[in-house]
Amino acid sequence: MTDQPTQSLKPMNEQITYANLLFIGAWAGILLMLITYFIYVTGLISPHVDIAVIIQNWDKGVDEYLQITGTPQGWGWLRLLNKADFLNFIGVVLLAVLTIICYLCLVAGYKKRNDRIYLFICLFEIAVLVIAASGILGTGGH
Amino acid sequence: MFLKFRMKWFCSVILLLVFFLPLFAAAAEGAGISAGSTWPWWLWPILLFVFCFALGIVAVLAGVGGGVLYVPLVSGFFPFHIDFVRGAGLMVALAGALAAGPGLLRRNLASLRLALPVALIASTFSIVGAMLGLYLSKVNPDIIQVCLGVTIVGIAVLIFFSKNTEKPVVTCQDAFGLALGISGSCLDEATKEQIHWKTHRTLLGLFMFVFIGILAGMFGLGAGWANVPVLNLLLGVPLKISVATSKFLLSITDTSAAWIYMNKGCVIPFIAVPSIIGLMFGSFVGVRLLSIAKPKFIRLMVIFVLLFAGLKAIDKGLGIGIIG
Repeated sequence: MTDQPTQSLKPMNEQITYANLLFIGAWAGILLMLITYFIYVTGLISPHVDIAVIIQNWDKGVDEYLQITGTPQGWGWLRLLNKADFLNFIGVVLLAVLTIICYLCLVAGYKKRNDRIYLFICLFEIAVLVIAASGILGTGGH
Repeated sequence: MFLKFRMKWFCSVILLLVFFLPLFAAAAEGAGISAGSTWPWWLWPILLFVFCFALGIVAVLAGVGGGVLYVPLVSGFFPFHIDFVRGAGLMVALAGALAAGPGLLRRNLASLRLALPVALIASTFSIVGAMLGLYLSKVNPDIIQVCLGVTIVGIAVLIFFSKNTEKPVVTCQDAFGLALGISGSCLDEATKEQIHWKTHRTLLGLFMFVFIGILAGMFGLGAGWANVPVLNLLLGVPLKISVATSKFLLSITDTSAAWIYMNKGCVIPFIAVPSIIGLMFGSFVGVRLLSIAKPKFIRLMVIFVLLFAGLKAIDKGLGIGIIG
């Protein structure tokens, strides 16, 4: 059994760091999405998939849609960052990696406290999120 | 007086937007406008933004997450394939949870001791749910539509009958909860009262998150509707802590499922970005309106909308064509 946490009314330092990282990251992601979407819809940079093609095919299943539009799966979007539609993924991906980054600071905190159970929970969670993000599980199938 | 009248008027407009914009989009779909569109392309992001803005307000006032309203309404009434709606729905729920997280953590309302073990289970199984959902959608998207419809109707019933307890009485903490040290204290800013809490039935409660994770990943719904009753009624966590921890929890659970959908190609920025931004701005306005709105009435309206959207999804999935 690990040491019981002190029943403090104040959150532990790592929780505050977590909150600060989340705050900065979430708002940076949203700001990035606003900027890149503006670039996308104003046509400042040409998109990989024309908006008209999206509208014509958004009622189709994902596999068919990807085939018609030539959209890559997984991390393939990185190769298309010079296209306005894929530029939007910078903000989206920032939101999706935030939790992994925040968990890293929890790992440091629990290690310092020698709270092994929560340290392992954090490490397992990071592993789960990294596997999900890696594309090993989500891609393929066409 | 004038301000109150203006607010009432504003709330009515918002409710009308939530109910009629999807019908507007559905009419467009019915007229065959979605594909090949005679509408200018820029109307779609505006329509999505305005709809999600209104949805964000209603969601806050009704005390439900944005994702649970977004997925059934958008999949039922907009022309997008359910794969893209679920992808966008998860991003909508994720963005909302990420934005709310910092405040909840700083005030110690969201408990890491409670959230971390729960999140590990829910996020692992939300991956399973996402993969299962994508597989079923590939086999036949109507299966997903029907399952989504049944789930949404179930959620509406759950919200209607759920009687959460402000401060559940936990006389003795179970061994599992004790071993994990799942307990805490925080200050209720409204009453200046110290809240001390601990859990019971911890193992059973954690097990419930297997199903919650699967449902969240499968349908792209935020799972606050299920998190809160389990944390509050089963584990015995005070309502405020349950609500805050549930919201924070979504930022972890939805992350894993969102990655599966994103890697599969289900997130189309053209649809997702105006939805996320609209819902977030709507949520901010909703929080400001919370003090003057009549949440009971709005809650009932949301239950009605969920029932309607659920039945519409079942109708669409079974191809009956009674609703719309």
